[in-house]
Amino acid sequence: MSAPPVLEVRGVTKAYGERQVLRGIDLAVAEHEAIALIGASGSGKSTLLRCIDLLEDIDDGDVLLDGEVITDPSVAPPGVRKRLGMVFQAFNLFPHLSVVDNITLAPVRAHGVPKAEARERARELLARFGLEGRAEDYPDHLSGGQQQRVAIVSALATQPRALHLDEVTSALDPELVGEILHRVADLKASGMTMLIATHEMGFAREVADEVCFLHEGEIVERGSAEVMFAAPEHPETQRFLRRLLDAGRL
Amino acid sequence: MRAAAKRQRAQRRTTISALSTLVVLGGLAAILVTSPGWHEVRTTYFAWDDLKDSFPDVLKGFWLDVKLFVIVEACVLVLGLVVALVRTTRAPAFFPLRLLAAVFCDVARGVPVVLLVYLVGFGVPALDLKGLPTDALVLGGMALTFSYSGYVAEVYRSGIDAVHPSQMAGALALGLTRGQALRHVIVPQAVRRVVPPLLNDFIALQKDVALVSFLGPMEAFRVAQIDAASNFVYTPLVAAAVLYLFVTIPMARVVDHLQAKSRRVRGVVEVAA
Ligand SMILES: Nc1ncnc2c1ncn2[C@@H]1O[C@H](COP(=O)(O)OP(=O)(O)OP(=O)(O)O)[C@@H](O)[C@H]1O
Ligand SMILES: [Mg+2]
Repeated sequence: MSAPPVLEVRGVTKAYGERQVLRGIDLAVAEHEAIALIGASGSGKSTLLRCIDLLEDIDDGDVLLDGEVITDPSVAPPGVRKRLGMVFQAFNLFPHLSVVDNITLAPVRAHGVPKAEARERARELLARFGLEGRAEDYPDHLSGGQQQRVAIVSALATQPRALHLDEVTSALDPELVGEILHRVADLKASGMTMLIATHEMGFAREVADEVCFLHEGEIVERGSAEVMFAAPEHPETQRFLRRLLDAGRL
Repeated sequence: MRAAAKRQRAQRRTTISALSTLVVLGGLAAILVTSPGWHEVRTTYFAWDDLKDSFPDVLKGFWLDVKLFVIVEACVLVLGLVVALVRTTRAPAFFPLRLLAAVFCDVARGVPVVLLVYLVGFGVPALDLKGLPTDALVLGGMALTFSYSGYVAEVYRSGIDAVHPSQMAGALALGLTRGQALRHVIVPQAVRRVVPPLLNDFIALQKDVALVSFLGPMEAFRVAQIDAASNFVYTPLVAAAVLYLFVTIPMARVVDHLQAKSRRVRGVVEVAA
């Protein structure tokens, strides 16, 4: 028997009041695999990631982590979230904590890692992300790109089973996008399992094994980036990609 | 060239403000000392000998005020935070506690402090229940704690509400429990924001400690009052007022300083964003 996928999403639906935001999402992310979620603004990418992270209640369906149903009401969310890493659309660093305290907060408080060990590991990760010497700085004193790298390091510090990236480059100047893209590609190469919501097609092309196109809460097309970008099948995918092409972003 | 002109301008501004202060204060003093009742006021309110006589007793009473203030303030900081945290819970199971906390705040803030002091100070002993304190100082302290916790809880709550929800989401996403997120992420940021308003409440409390005198303890105001009544002068009351100012004015300056600082910090953040 082969191991179950790290993450599996089965028929997940979610509505905010009257608005149906997710309409039966099915998705599986195998170990060491990276999947990119693309789609127009408001198509439900962030909502899907938040549902998988149990930051939102879902209306129907299941989410499984390593074969275990985590959306069951009897499962305590903190225990699940400890095993997942999430980087948000806007940086979610804690402004009252230094960089190293940001990074060690979860390992120390949620995982019980001894402080010295957590700091040591934080320093290693910071060095890997080109942030050596910034451990004692406060987030406000870092550039946007540096802050976003710290956020990624924070999410990695707990050694998560899977990493969720939500538009990690959308708040950054274009010249900083390449830097983050490069780091994420490195992570993928080192075997990290990832689910990446993005407007940056470079992530889809260079990092993702599979690309899922979301339209109004449904995955209407999926496949490899080369195939989808060269010959999209669904009319909405065609329209979305044409708009990107016209904007010079493909 | 420029620097010299700037310096000159600054000098002129200082001279003008010094002169105008002198004129205004001098004028006020002149009105005061030439008023028909000045002699009487001076002998009853500002008599040096009376001051020397009563000052040690008033000071001793004031020391009691200070001790009471410190203890009450510590209790208020803790109780206020607990009430604020209860009010920010969301779980349905906490509804009765939430309701209780809301009622607590409304009553504590809605009833005049002096009334609370009377009600607790005379009402609790009248209950004649075993285990309840009967010491006037303790009862007065309880009344003040109750009243000020209501205000301080609302101050804390405004600070907690002002922390962006994404901070909670970020902390939860890392695997922290709600309690850990509050403890390590939300409350530290909230407290930083509300230090100036909290200190303002401190100043008010420092003065309201005098209300406990209605229940009997020999604190500064009461000592001064007794002294004043037995000697037919008001100088001891002035002495008590001056003692209060010695504590409240430095506190007010600290608040100003912190407020200016937090304005500066926020200004910087806004420019950067
Ligand atoms: N808390 C909420 N309450 C109500 N509606 C919401 C809430 N959060 C999201 N929505 C709605 O859900 C829909 C999907 O939003 P979502 O943030 O998932 O889109 P997205 O694909 O991530 O968009 P973007 O590319 O702009 O980040 C949108 O129509 C949005 O308005
Ligand atoms: Mg989004």
